[in-house]
Amino acid sequence: MTESEVAPASSAAGQAPESYESAEHQSAAPPRFDRHAEAILSVTDLKKYFPVKSSGLVRRTIGHVQAVDGVSFEVRKGSALGLVGESGCGKSTTGRLITRLYDPTAGSMMFQGKDLATLSHKAMTPMRKEVQMIFQDPYSSLNPRHTVGTIVGTPLRVHNVVPDKQVLGRVRELLEVVGLNPEHYNRYPNEFSGGQRQRIGIARALALQPKLLVADEPVSALDVSIQAQVVNLLRDVQQEFNIAFLFIAHDLAVVRHFCPEIAVMYLGKIVEIGDRESVYDHAHHPYTQALLSASPDVKQAAIGGRRERIRLEGDVPSPINPPSGCRFRTRCWLAQDICAKQEPPLLQIGKSHKVACHFASELNQTPPRPVTTGLLGVDDQGNHDAGSTPTTLSTNPGYDDEWYDLKSKSFVKA
Amino acid sequence: MTQTNGPASDQGAGHLTEPTSRQAGDSGEPFLVVEDLTVRFPTADGLVQAVSGLSYSIEQGSTLGIVGESGSGKSVSSLAVMGLHDAKRTQMSGSIRVGGTEVLGLSNDRMRRIRGREVAMIFQDPLTALHPFYKVGAQISEAYRAHHDVSKAKARAKAIEMLDRVGIPQARTRVDDYPHQFSGGMRQRAMIAMALVNDPSLLIADEPTTALDVTVQAQILDLLQELQKDFNSAIIIITHDLGVVAEMADDVMVMYGGRAVEYGRTREILVHPEMPYTWGLLASVPDVTADPDARLIPIQGNPPSLLRPPSGCAFHPRCPHTGKVPGDLCRTTLPELTRGEHGDEHLKRCHLPDPSAIYEQEILPEIAPDLVEMTVKDEFPAEVGTGLVEDSPSDDALPKER
Repeated sequence: MTESEVAPASSAAGQAPESYESAEHQSAAPPRFDRHAEAILSVTDLKKYFPVKSSGLVRRTIGHVQAVDGVSFEVRKGSALGLVGESGCGKSTTGRLITRLYDPTAGSMMFQGKDLATLSHKAMTPMRKEVQMIFQDPYSSLNPRHTVGTIVGTPLRVHNVVPDKQVLGRVRELLEVVGLNPEHYNRYPNEFSGGQRQRIGIARALALQPKLLVADEPVSALDVSIQAQVVNLLRDVQQEFNIAFLFIAHDLAVVRHFCPEIAVMYLGKIVEIGDRESVYDHAHHPYTQALLSASPDVKQAAIGGRRERIRLEGDVPSPINPPSGCRFRTRCWLAQDICAKQEPPLLQIGKSHKVACHFASELNQTPPRPVTTGLLGVDDQGNHDAGSTPTTLSTNPGYDDEWYDLKSKSFVKA
Repeated sequence: MTQTNGPASDQGAGHLTEPTSRQAGDSGEPFLVVEDLTVRFPTADGLVQAVSGLSYSIEQGSTLGIVGESGSGKSVSSLAVMGLHDAKRTQMSGSIRVGGTEVLGLSNDRMRRIRGREVAMIFQDPLTALHPFYKVGAQISEAYRAHHDVSKAKARAKAIEMLDRVGIPQARTRVDDYPHQFSGGMRQRAMIAMALVNDPSLLIADEPTTALDVTVQAQILDLLQELQKDFNSAIIIITHDLGVVAEMADDVMVMYGGRAVEYGRTREILVHPEMPYTWGLLASVPDVTADPDARLIPIQGNPPSLLRPPSGCAFHPRCPHTGKVPGDLCRTTLPELTRGEHGDEHLKRCHLPDPSAIYEQEILPEIAPDLVEMTVKDEFPAEVGTGLVEDSPSDDALPKER
């Protein structure tokens, strides 16, 4: 980024000394989902395997934790993709791969015409300006021995964004943007509360005016009354600076609030992805349905009603040795033979809705026969059917104009 | 550890000899009564006023939810019930009666007979609450043998029985596992097994599901409710999540700055909240059915310092409604816990005149426009937080645990 690019935005922030406060009362519409919008990040078949070493002197590799195993998705310009799932599903690893805090095992991550997955560390450095991260824990992610001014100013110095003399002024603007007192730049993190620390982390991430922000559980460590402040702040900066978000969280309600598009992960794979309405109102994967039914709902309970709760038994299996076929089958109440034999493809079933399940359907409308048999060239039990040939399925990380209609069991066009 | 009992008995309160021989029902008093509890910690910086003038009670077989953010005093007050504060470093006053026995100021030795036997606790993080060097089964049988004079073999059998009861598969083999071999949900189940092994009359659950995933949280909440039915224990569930309270609790107490600010039946509090802090809590949580375009309505500012709490009402620096109170009352005078506008059992600590009208006209349309009509006419079904899944008929269509 050149200095001339920096200047207008910083003056924009400078023009509005009360920018955070005024943003508080803005009612600009949050980003809508548009499946044709340009993708800023396009991830294809991303994998990360962590080696598991044996104990003893010779530490041989005896297996791999398949933390992320072939995920594909797109993050659209100025929009937000929510990544939800339970602990150990690989959502945080995905975020760390995109920021290259981990090196991927396989796959590609196209960002502004460059593949982040294969860039050398040197070539990656300028890209780090464009992709920044907000961490979960506002206590451990700030150096306790550095002042806020140093913390927020360091990215500016490292990347030579502004001359040294202007760093302080820029830091004060940034603190103002995130709703902190700009005069507090010489304080230490321990003088701030959890919510204020998270604001410092956000200011640091905004310092380089990134195009993409990876927010890894940005509010889950905060008190309830503070969570809403931070979520609103993130929405404000998203609109003000047109930043795309990869929003990683386990709280379905917060993700629904923030993200027009949501991907649900289970054991290293995306099991369902789509726009907000498809995923929340027409969930087709049993895991998504179980997650939705399990999250407590105050307002429902207040009026005496409650959603039907699906009780999943057991825990997530080990990613070292994941179940064959569909990884969710060990906890799934719909599972049949085919689920153990064939891995369900992530199939586009609507304009902007993909799901990976042999029995994809809305809750309580389970089809009697697997919906994927024709596509995979197998019979109902998942054995290879000599009479039929498998269909080649699209590997587009985004959405195609042609999709598989579950009702007619054929491909239809938009 | 001292043995207080003769042969093993699984019956709850009333079977202990000194000091808890009196049955809870003798005086007609609820099982746990906390009166005017004040907890202060002297520190180098000054006196931390962690809990001030807290009173509540809980009956056998019912559930109280305590809601508040960090530093509201919800955990500190419960640790006081367990007698877990170091008397040398804590100033406590007031009264805590467990089954009729005053436990505040009780010697460690006598407290130990109550702790675990009458009152048990499960903690937020089961990994740190279990000892990593001891087998899970050994930790459960130790808790059992602390209160029952039985052989190790019998205690082990009891541990297996309890692990099985809380839904640990293959309890007979898992009893010899170490905590790190358990998953998060199983560890919390083991904690619950340990807490319930002595059949306590009161179970304090401090953020029991905060460290767990949602699907596992649902399992644990269901388990707690099932066990409550079987054991008829009282449960105090401490949480920051109003959703958990809505599903679990009969009564709810909202705490702020070390004081109860609203207290009553869960349904009353959720449908007719009368304290601006409770409104703030309700408004700031998105739910999975809310309008995603609406802005969340946060509570401005930060939680108060307990070293130097604000004058008057502790919430006044963050309260958007202070202007509606005549004079400077909010800043100068601490409001009393007074009866709310909806029923005798509803208490609130607020100066605001006519809070229901403000809630219905200003707050509710913002956070749940679809509920305004119902709230004004009070057309809600009588039951709330029904508890077990079996209670709702439509659940028959859903898979049960296999």
